[in-house]
Amino acid sequence: MKFYIPPQLTRLALAFAIFITLFIVLRNLLVPDTFGQYGHYRGDSLIDNQQPEIHYSGQEACLDCHQEIEDMKQTDVHNTIRCEVCHGPGEKHVSSGDAADISKPDSREFCGVCHEKNAARRQSTIVQIRLSEHNTGKKCIECHNPHQPWEMKE
Amino acid sequence: MGNERVKSSRRKFLKSAATASVAIVGYTWLKSSQFLIHAAEPEDKNLPWYGIVIDIEKCIGCGMCAKACKNENDVPAEPFFFRTWVEQYTVKNDGSVEIISPNGGIDGFKQTVPDEDIFKSYFVPKMCNHCAKSPCDQVCPVGATYTSPEGVVLIDEKYCIGCRYCVQACPYGCRFIHPEKKVANKCTLCYHRIKKGLAPACMENCPTGSRMYGNLRDSNSEIVKFLKEHTTQVLRPNLNTGSKLYYNALSSEVR
Repeated sequence: MKFYIPPQLTRLALAFAIFITLFIVLRNLLVPDTFGQYGHYRGDSLIDNQQPEIHYSGQEACLDCHQEIEDMKQTDVHNTIRCEVCHGPGEKHVSSGDAADISKPDSREFCGVCHEKNAARRQSTIVQIRLSEHNTGKKCIECHNPHQPWEMKE
Repeated sequence: MGNERVKSSRRKFLKSAATASVAIVGYTWLKSSQFLIHAAEPEDKNLPWYGIVIDIEKCIGCGMCAKACKNENDVPAEPFFFRTWVEQYTVKNDGSVEIISPNGGIDGFKQTVPDEDIFKSYFVPKMCNHCAKSPCDQVCPVGATYTSPEGVVLIDEKYCIGCRYCVQACPYGCRFIHPEKKVANKCTLCYHRIKKGLAPACMENCPTGSRMYGNLRDSNSEIVKFLKEHTTQVLRPNLNTGSKLYYNALSSEVR
């Protein structure tokens, strides 16, 4: 017995086949290659996120040239503070060696960022002064060496 | 004659169309058989699973973390765009709480409440909590934000459409729309640094060492030791975000 397939069914099946094929093709073309490699995201994005430039080179890079300052710093209370905390990002200075590429802050306000008296700072953790009362008109570094704050200069 | 030409051009068209479709289907088939995408199992037990500790007792509110973060990650310098910032909470004698964060703490804090009115005061550094079940990650409609295999919540800047769902989904306010790139932006735990063995910029530049990050899977790591020895708390534990940023000495006023 001959099996009869109505022509409208054939056409419908053809239309479905075309739609499904088109969907698969478009999906493959539009979804990035590494999508789903590790999870519901583009796997290459992990690499993209590692690309930004490093600006803070880290203490070890500083010590290659400035070991003597570190030795001095180790004798006093600023010993745990890493160089770039005060001197700012050092990557440019490390690669060029130019003194102009690193900052040497010397303002009273800069020291005050940590040492200004504030109720939220514990007196036992950090020495605090009032910038408006403590030797006004003088720069902090005229008396204190920032690398050895308690070795008074005068 | 005319009929003949129509027939021959139709045949030609059908032939070339068939060739083209076979080529395209073949190409996509060869390219990958993954026309339905299966997300791989994200957790690799051999990779570290990063967590963060912030010790409020040690923080002196110098804002060096916020400044270093802006420098390292080229965060726009104008106010209100922060990947990390510091807040000062001041509980007054009458019980009211004053919270300030002038420019994220970058320029330092000026005490706004006179000493005699203060019951207690402390600084709270804030940053992305790198939640294990992050709400921001779940709402992204295009899969542009995700938790990396190391547990760091990251953004795919090339894929983000800037719809801001994630910005409003984050209960900690740690996301913003980058004013130039027009896509979401947030703390990456300095993914580019930790992958090279350097500490994140905020932790590298904390003078008191009040911030710490480490591998929660390694029972001998500093951070696990710290968590064992101290009473720590996460922000908004009721939201069950699986936050991996643990605060030591967190007061109940902190929101």
